[in-house]
Amino acid sequence: MSWLTKLLPPKIKREQGAQRRSSLPEGLWSKCPSCEAVLYATDLEKNLQVCPKCGHHHRLRARQRLDMLLDPEGRFEIGAEVLPVDSLKFKDSKRYPDRLMEANAATDESDSLVVMQGAIKTMPVVAAAFEFEFMGGSMGSVLGERFVRGVQTAVDNGQPFISIAASGGARMQEGLFSLMQMAKTTAALTKLSEAGLPYISLLTDPTMGGVSASFAFVGDVVIAEPGALIGFAGPRVIEQTVRETLPAGFQRSEFLLEKGAIDLIVDRRELRDKVAQLLALLQKLPAAA
Amino acid sequence: MKTSFLDFEQPIADLEAKIEELRFVQDDSAVDISEEISRLEKKSAQLAKDIYAKLTPWQISQLARHPQRPYTLDYTGRIFTDFEELHGDRAFADDRAIVGGLARFNGQPVMVIGHQKGRDTKEKIYRNFGMPRPEGYRKALRLMKLAEKFGLPVMTFVDTPGAYPGIDAEERGQSEAIGRNLYVMAELKVPIIVTIIGEGGSGGALAIAVGDIVQMLQYSTYSVISPEGCASILWKSAEKAPEAAETMGITAPRLKTLGLIDKIVSEPLGGAHRDHAAMAQNLRKALQDALKHVSGLSTSELLAARYERLMSYGRFKEQPVK
Repeated sequence: MSWLTKLLPPKIKREQGAQRRSSLPEGLWSKCPSCEAVLYATDLEKNLQVCPKCGHHHRLRARQRLDMLLDPEGRFEIGAEVLPVDSLKFKDSKRYPDRLMEANAATDESDSLVVMQGAIKTMPVVAAAFEFEFMGGSMGSVLGERFVRGVQTAVDNGQPFISIAASGGARMQEGLFSLMQMAKTTAALTKLSEAGLPYISLLTDPTMGGVSASFAFVGDVVIAEPGALIGFAGPRVIEQTVRETLPAGFQRSEFLLEKGAIDLIVDRRELRDKVAQLLALLQKLPAAA
Repeated sequence: MKTSFLDFEQPIADLEAKIEELRFVQDDSAVDISEEISRLEKKSAQLAKDIYAKLTPWQISQLARHPQRPYTLDYTGRIFTDFEELHGDRAFADDRAIVGGLARFNGQPVMVIGHQKGRDTKEKIYRNFGMPRPEGYRKALRLMKLAEKFGLPVMTFVDTPGAYPGIDAEERGQSEAIGRNLYVMAELKVPIIVTIIGEGGSGGALAIAVGDIVQMLQYSTYSVISPEGCASILWKSAEKAPEAAETMGITAPRLKTLGLIDKIVSEPLGGAHRDHAAMAQNLRKALQDALKHVSGLSTSELLAARYERLMSYGRFKEQPVK
């Protein structure tokens, strides 16, 4: 069990387990972890991995995410040349380089963030999507550098920046370097702001810890997907600290909306349209077709 | 105040107890044993020197949390004059885990902001063990903006196990409060001098620790997660905390080598808690140097250097994409 799965409450563990099963290529049928309806894989895919019965939003891979959001043409990746190193010679039950190799083998990604320059309905943007399957989407030096290069590209080209978070937080294997990525990523966004360019932050399941407590909430517009777990401290840590049961729906998107922490909740199937609309409004562009 | 000793200081504690006993005996004794006492005192100092010369990161993290260690308000009285504490975030409450206010440093007006822990149980609860809620970070932010408006340098003192992991803190936007501070501190138009005085616990520490100079007291720690937290997640056992402390690199010398902090401020023999006055003296000198260093810069130079520092954080390699 990874450190992140251990951190999550049992309900999410179930969801995760179920999801892993559903992503098996030979699995034609899968069960929705939320309503337990049996779903046909093709239907689920057509529906952008949203359960057609109950609307549960399944987790997505970084590239799936970007495929859904960006126009198919004119994309190119930023920061893929930036790769992780083990500067602390970190070893717990496993060596950090081994964990990196395993994550690489499991996801075919070299770290937990994929950044692309592209367009949404022909409006140029730079978008950065987290790969949660890569060490729990944890934020280390590579993620920070790719993020910053993405923001810099947006500034240089006068384009908006979109981040799509899915992370358990900082990457402990990089010690204080990982904590500093909170400051680094957030600082880069001040340049975007100076240039008068919009920053849209999308929070997906889960957005926790150091990622939640840095760039995720400083968006000009902060959007969450329905039912996503979003917060600073993990539910288990909070339960242990306050020694009481957490209220129903605690740290879910709907709870955050009610508390005034986010601007809006958007169904994944309407996300592309909404983001296009918001970007057009913020940049005083004509309404998108 | 009677010094409380940590486990690894037991030999010093035994010796000190013996000295104390001899002193007591001497008071009503005809024989002069002052020579013996002074011999033992020298021995105790040497013992402390030996023990402190080879502290492990885990021992250092215990020192960083020592209950008698000087906290922010212990320094405000010794290093600053005219300290006027300012309260509240103007929106919800006054968080006592973060204190701040106007003060003079060598006569120069500055803004002081720091985490505040409590010493006895009652005070610990009052200060929430130095774990701020969102309103604490928002108070800090308000004071930083105030400093910016009047062109006052900001001096922050970091000493927290972390931001408070509670239901109310989450409800009021702990994440946003921390993230907002990181954002604003990156572009605040006055110098920010950061000193880690005890525990630099994760995001809750960083939220007042983005600055132009970042220094650490000799036996303070700064880490992404507490050694216990790291151990219980990665080793599945909090008892592995000493290993986690070792491997994460949380001590001042290690972080200086890694280029993550600028300076280490020496502590008196046996740690800051043994001699608050001497510690304050060292810290005052370090702050003076730091302030002198940043005062020579124009606002644009200051901000450019701060941005460059922030962007330099991280270790990675670059390889052409296949």
